[in-house]
Amino acid sequence: MYDRPTLTELVASVRDFIERTAMPKLEGHAAFHARVAVNALGIALRQLEQAPEAEAEELARLRALLGRDGNLEELNRELCARIRAGELGLATPGLAEHLRATTFAKLAVDQPKYASYVRALAARASDTSR
Amino acid sequence: MEAALAAAVRRGIDGVVEIRGLRRLSGGASQETWSFDATVSGATLPLILRRRPGGAADAPPQSVALPLETEAELLCAAATAGVPVPRVRVVLEPSDALGSGFVMDRLEGETIARRILRDDAFAAVRPRLARQCGEILARIHAMRVEGLPKLPFADAAAQLVNYRAVFDSFGRPHPVFELAFRWLADHLPEPAPATFVHGDFRNGNLLIAPDEGVRGVLDWEIAHVGDPMEDLGWICVNSWRFGAALPVGGFGTREDLFAGYEAAGGCKVDPHRVHLWEILGTLKWGIMCMMQYSVFERGIDRSVERGAIGRRSSETEIDLLELLL
Repeated sequence: MYDRPTLTELVASVRDFIERTAMPKLEGHAAFHARVAVNALGIALRQLEQAPEAEAEELARLRALLGRDGNLEELNRELCARIRAGELGLATPGLAEHLRATTFAKLAVDQPKYASYVRALAARASDTSR
Repeated sequence: MEAALAAAVRRGIDGVVEIRGLRRLSGGASQETWSFDATVSGATLPLILRRRPGGAADAPPQSVALPLETEAELLCAAATAGVPVPRVRVVLEPSDALGSGFVMDRLEGETIARRILRDDAFAAVRPRLARQCGEILARIHAMRVEGLPKLPFADAAAQLVNYRAVFDSFGRPHPVFELAFRWLADHLPEPAPATFVHGDFRNGNLLIAPDEGVRGVLDWEIAHVGDPMEDLGWICVNSWRFGAALPVGGFGTREDLFAGYEAAGGCKVDPHRVHLWEILGTLKWGIMCMMQYSVFERGIDRSVERGAIGRRSSETEIDLLELLL
């Protein structure tokens, strides 16, 4: 149990400092790198918030798909090996849905404004509301 | 550096009085792009220097980039073939003590894809670009391999092997990439007639003017011999649409690209083959993002920019799923 501030509060305060105080004073390449730094801390904040639930769901799907227990890394390696060997593929029930859900969770952290993610998300929402 | 550059420029251009306004534009740790002007009998000649300060030995690890001297030769050959390119003025020599590289004309125009796709100045020319790209690619693919410097051969099968090895060396599990590798291995096309391929013909490497369209095809450093359909697929990869909807570079349709290609003497386009290259191109860009992270991981460049690119490989995963599912 660590003391306050929380990790989220710390990272958010650094991001806000760079964005609001430091960046306006920078020019050229340094200003560009500051923008990249702000975006990187955005990824960190979203991962802090979303990873526990997203990884728990990914693990549950992997266990169901592979029919065995293990941690995320082990099961992902096994999934890769079995896709590579041709034992699992798009015809495997649940595989396409698992890959889609896992990729959506990654984009929600890495790049939530990426155009094809936004489009795919909208298509999925209209599918489920039907 | 300025005096050495002025001396080198005098070798290729008669009557240079002085050079001015030398400034670094961009580039990574090993490759640099500089802008400057040469004064020639009262007139000003806008120029670009591309160089590797440490010469060929300074090429980044895992790089497939051609030596800059070879790139200069390709630019000259492309100009002869009727491809719009900046004119090469001087190729650096060891005695110049500037590393390896060359000086070329600095053309007026825009290379930043987002401006080409969104600025009003380009609204009139945008609908013409896809057809123009097809015409230019037909001329590039007509360049005879025999007359060019020795280039690596890399068709779809060879690239799949190369990228598999790079991907495996990272040791990171990516189920979507595995699916794409598997799909590609199962759908490999018949070998194509060995053709000169640009390799990075895309929005961002095309210098575009609001009136005439494509004025210069840039970045010939990963040119190779292979399947001509690679170049048609690569310009359709979603990453080069920069958020715009149209498939060719965000500015045009496949129909226009293919029509321009065939009208300018290119072979009959097989859309399935182009589609395969779009999938392979998307996978390659995903692995290139991992390569950028690897440069960060190994401590060669610890900048936040270099590291963060690793998180862009997930963009290509969603694009691959869109293409495969």
